[in-house]
Amino acid sequence: MSVKAYRLEALEIIRNIREGNLSITDVIEDFLERVERVEKKINAFITLRSKDELLQEAKIKDRLLKEGKARGRLLGLPIAIKDNISTKNLRTTCGSKILYNYIPPYDATVVKLLKEEGAIILGKTNMDEFAMGSSTETSFFGPTRNPWDLERVPGGSSGGSAAALASGEAPLALGSDTGGSVRAPASFTATVGLKPTYGLVSRYGLIAYANSLEQIGPMGRTVRDVALLLNVISKYDPYDGTSLKVKRPDYLESISKFNNLHRRVKIAVVREMFEEGVSREVVTIVGNVVNKLVDEGFIVDEISIPVIKYALPTYYIIAMSEASSNLARYDGVRYGFRANVHGDWNEVFSETRGNGFGKEVKRRIIMGTFTLSAGYFDQYYFKALKVRTLIIKEFKKAFEKYSILISPTMPTPPFKLGEKIADPLAMYMSDIETVTANIVGIPAISIPAGFAKEKLPVGIQLMANYLKEDLLLAMAAFIEELTGLKNLIAEV
Amino acid sequence: MRRKIVITEELIDHLAWLARIKLTENEKKEFLRDLNRVLEFFDEIDKVNVEGIEPTTHTALLTNVLRDDAPQKPLPQAEVLYNAPEKENGYFKAPKIL
Repeated sequence: MSVKAYRLEALEIIRNIREGNLSITDVIEDFLERVERVEKKINAFITLRSKDELLQEAKIKDRLLKEGKARGRLLGLPIAIKDNISTKNLRTTCGSKILYNYIPPYDATVVKLLKEEGAIILGKTNMDEFAMGSSTETSFFGPTRNPWDLERVPGGSSGGSAAALASGEAPLALGSDTGGSVRAPASFTATVGLKPTYGLVSRYGLIAYANSLEQIGPMGRTVRDVALLLNVISKYDPYDGTSLKVKRPDYLESISKFNNLHRRVKIAVVREMFEEGVSREVVTIVGNVVNKLVDEGFIVDEISIPVIKYALPTYYIIAMSEASSNLARYDGVRYGFRANVHGDWNEVFSETRGNGFGKEVKRRIIMGTFTLSAGYFDQYYFKALKVRTLIIKEFKKAFEKYSILISPTMPTPPFKLGEKIADPLAMYMSDIETVTANIVGIPAISIPAGFAKEKLPVGIQLMANYLKEDLLLAMAAFIEELTGLKNLIAEV
Repeated sequence: MRRKIVITEELIDHLAWLARIKLTENEKKEFLRDLNRVLEFFDEIDKVNVEGIEPTTHTALLTNVLRDDAPQKPLPQAEVLYNAPEKENGYFKAPKIL
């Protein structure tokens, strides 16, 4: 084997397997070797499947392939799954002590779809506890480190998935995005992450945090790989009441379908998203990409959406309210951790939850309990829902004139471990660019824009109107070619 | 309309009870500081005029999605009970309620 499989794009690995240049066993062995070499430094995974089990699955698939019986768009491709997505018979912890031993009895719909297409699940990736965080530091299983600088965070909450991609431990991964949890780590690790339109991808089997905001999203090192994964996971699902019954295009094809993008696409940069709290370095790097687009003949206007100032508190009020309701199910009766105390229901319940949840999760549940409780409901939760309507209105208006909106993904380059973890508000501020897409329900993608000093990754965010993933991916692929920043792997 | 709200120690005790989360004394102290800062941050939305604006609870552009009322094979009982910390005779065993 001349080429190291772990360095290849997912589409290349699949092609090499199909053409017989690589066996599936070769591919799995190569990734296992890479994982063994770097995982101790990165901590991208909470649970890895055993070597024997993986090689056995590879061998079976190799044999079927030889016999001409194997099919699937992801045949033989290893994939990493965020640990809040249920995998049958494979531990799923949500990064929490309260689920430290939980073995799901069923597969999430997206996992079922991956298996049907022949993908091989490598393991479950690290995350902020219940996806509540922007740095992967709130995990019960310890923080994940950024492969580009081990002293820094990989972003969150899907930090394990992004770090696995950037370190070459996996070619493709699934994350989930409630307020930026796919895009933030993509930005911090120079990878690609897409949050689809709300309802495009099934949430069945995704362990809920804030269900009116979240979507499972594909993550990879190239836009085309992300399009490939979206093709597989984007499907109507009767088990998700919010799943959209719409026709879904072939997203890989759509990347090559749109020619002369500069004539088709009118771009706007949103002024407010380059202002308060955004570092100069980030503004410069993202601005350089925008300038290149102008050079390519794109019309780029600057627009103002003042109400965006209120997106962050609106997001956090809604997310914490939904969290307090969703996380009521953890009572230590049906699954997970139960505190070893004697007493009545209330005592055991309170002790179990006090002990089983981490600090940030408790903070959000209590704050969400507050915003939903009698006397405060109208002033906070109900009001936030109305501000949400206003933000949606403004974005709909912007999309009447423009098809792509551009902003930085993160307001800063990756920060150091421990830098923000003691100050919840400082941590919340890192979501300032990403939450809007979740509030509105539109698709948004982060791709590499460049590197700040000390080789720290900076991402650019593109947003499009509802269900315009095809155009969004085409535009992202165009920018990827323009910057030449694709399939980047940190040396670790 | 606008009331200045402060989260007190008593309110934290009440909220922790509603959420059934036992907090240590240290956590209470810490939360008293953190939650009031978060509340101030929430209060920013006071400035937005939402008169006549309807609330949005989700963006799925759907209403009343129902599956066919057709029976399906449920998960086997043993699999459902597998994760339970305590079980007895095919039941989850919960702490006593009364």
